[in-house]
Amino acid sequence: MNEDLFRVENLFISFGGLRAVDNVNFTVKKETIFSIIGPNGAGKTTIFNCINGLYNPDSGRVLFKGEDITGIKPHKVAMKGIARTFQNIELFSRMTTMENLMLGRHLHMKTGILSGATFFRRKSRAALEEIKHRERVEHIIDLLDLQYARNQFVGSLPYGTQKLIELGRALALEPELLLLDEPSAGMNTEEKQDLIFWIKDIQDELGVTILLIEHDMRMVMDISDRILAINFGKPIGEGAPEEIQNNPEVLQAYLGEDELTNAAS
Amino acid sequence: MKSAGPASVKAAMVLLFNERSAYRGEKNQDQEMDIKRDYYEDIQLLDSKVLWFWFLMLIAALITFPFVASNYYIYMANYMAINVLVTVGLNILVGYTGQISLGHAGFFAIGAFFTVLLMGKLSFPFLVALVISGILAALFGFILGLPALRLEGPYLAIATLGFGMAITQVIGRWELFGGRMGIQAPPLKLFGFYPITTDRGLYFIIVTITLLLTWAARNLMKTKIGRAFIAIRDSDIAAQTMGVNLTYYKTLAFAISAFYAGIAGGLMAFMLGFINPSSFNFILSIYFLAFVIVGGVGTIFGSIMGGMVMTWLILMLDKVQDLTYIGDILMTISERWMSVTGIHNVSSIILGLIIVLIVVFEPLGLYGFWIRTKIYWKAWPF
Repeated sequence: MNEDLFRVENLFISFGGLRAVDNVNFTVKKETIFSIIGPNGAGKTTIFNCINGLYNPDSGRVLFKGEDITGIKPHKVAMKGIARTFQNIELFSRMTTMENLMLGRHLHMKTGILSGATFFRRKSRAALEEIKHRERVEHIIDLLDLQYARNQFVGSLPYGTQKLIELGRALALEPELLLLDEPSAGMNTEEKQDLIFWIKDIQDELGVTILLIEHDMRMVMDISDRILAINFGKPIGEGAPEEIQNNPEVLQAYLGEDELTNAAS
Repeated sequence: MKSAGPASVKAAMVLLFNERSAYRGEKNQDQEMDIKRDYYEDIQLLDSKVLWFWFLMLIAALITFPFVASNYYIYMANYMAINVLVTVGLNILVGYTGQISLGHAGFFAIGAFFTVLLMGKLSFPFLVALVISGILAALFGFILGLPALRLEGPYLAIATLGFGMAITQVIGRWELFGGRMGIQAPPLKLFGFYPITTDRGLYFIIVTITLLLTWAARNLMKTKIGRAFIAIRDSDIAAQTMGVNLTYYKTLAFAISAFYAGIAGGLMAFMLGFINPSSFNFILSIYFLAFVIVGGVGTIFGSIMGGMVMTWLILMLDKVQDLTYIGDILMTISERWMSVTGIHNVSSIILGLIIVLIVVFEPLGLYGFWIRTKIYWKAWPF
């Protein structure tokens, strides 16, 4: 529980003259939920993209289980056991829910060109593997209550459902670290409640460490073990939820004066 | 005594109930077994007896066809099968992986010329030469796939177009390939001893290979590799972060697609009997792309329809003057207002018009029409 799983050291990245991420440091302990908060454009998603290998940071290091994974390709990051979801849904819209989740099993499957192209019966190697992984994926579908969407093309499903499918797809990878980029955006209160339960379940029962970007403060304060607040790419405070709630700099930069009085009352 | 009656009734009922529930329990278990999802069905080709029936009927029809049809129609069927093969391959690249290629005539040519050369100069057996040529085309496909890692859309289209044209030029200028004059296909012997001299003999080879490779493509698209292709098409960012190696899968899509074109080219060489480089020009590449779009992007069944219908149209439009009444009018128009090329004027215009109409009215191509018809008939007569 107290073991460090993941660490970002002195991360810098700039686009043109804009310093999108400016000296960000944080450490995530194993099986905890670590949240990053900050106003729009603060550089939260950019941090995710650096972790993920989509961006190559100008300087700094990303360490996962003590190993330097800075600047390696996205699929290699996935191989290390890091999965993510996206702020603007990045689903495979012309695949069904099942197929989307099955892609999450990509790294766990071994079917090659020849065995994949020539299966002809239930006992063929590719078919056996396909069946085995579909059964695994079914558990995730059950967990997230996605049965009704199972064989539908995801492009036509409601926004909240699509968000869940993304979560499911990330889970199908069986990650050790899960990056969630605003998972509750576009969800109603009820869906948010469910999501909170699921995220906690994922942490407790599956033992997945979670790095969360979220705007819903109730949710963040409710589930986070630790929170990092950033503004204009710079960290402005880090600590347990109570500490962040009472950090004047964070309150001023992020929550605003109104929220401050609300929180007090 | 009063209570004995009800008690015995009760006992009997308990017995009955137990028996029943035991029976029910069994039944429930059975039902549960049924309810338990059969995942094989998701990827199975023929998942019902009805489909099996139609499949066997199709095979029977394909076998009897060359014995009842005239030579011209056998030739047409061969032509169709070859085009289906190219279309299926190109659709893997264009429809499933979301890349584009205007250079497939190049792979087609590689397949055709190398099959002929390997057999003629090195006396390889037919099937071996065909497979090696296919693999060679795949190798070129892989090389063409490398720039595709950095290029997208129109840029990729032009790069592949250039590649296709370069291949034709190289082949056309190289003595080894017979230069501009082209090259004669050697006599075809299956398994080294069984001579194939007629279109009918060729029909069985071509159709068998097309069926097998189409089946293989369909299977591939249902399993891991196909899913990776589709994922790259729909969101390459998400595909990467889920562990799909973009470099590997994009080049693989090019290679597989080129392999299909290469095999088709090798078969084409024997269908034509004589090949010259000018028949593998970039217009052919564009035709191939049109087959994919007209058939339906990203569907194997659509590729089959696209390849067949378009081949039929192309062959039919060559004889458009034979149509009663309309043929005469078209001939008059062509002769009065157009160049001396003759009927080709009109047939190209009509072909173009048909392609435009299909794409405008049904973006999913013939496959879209098929789906709509199917839904219509399911609901008929309501």
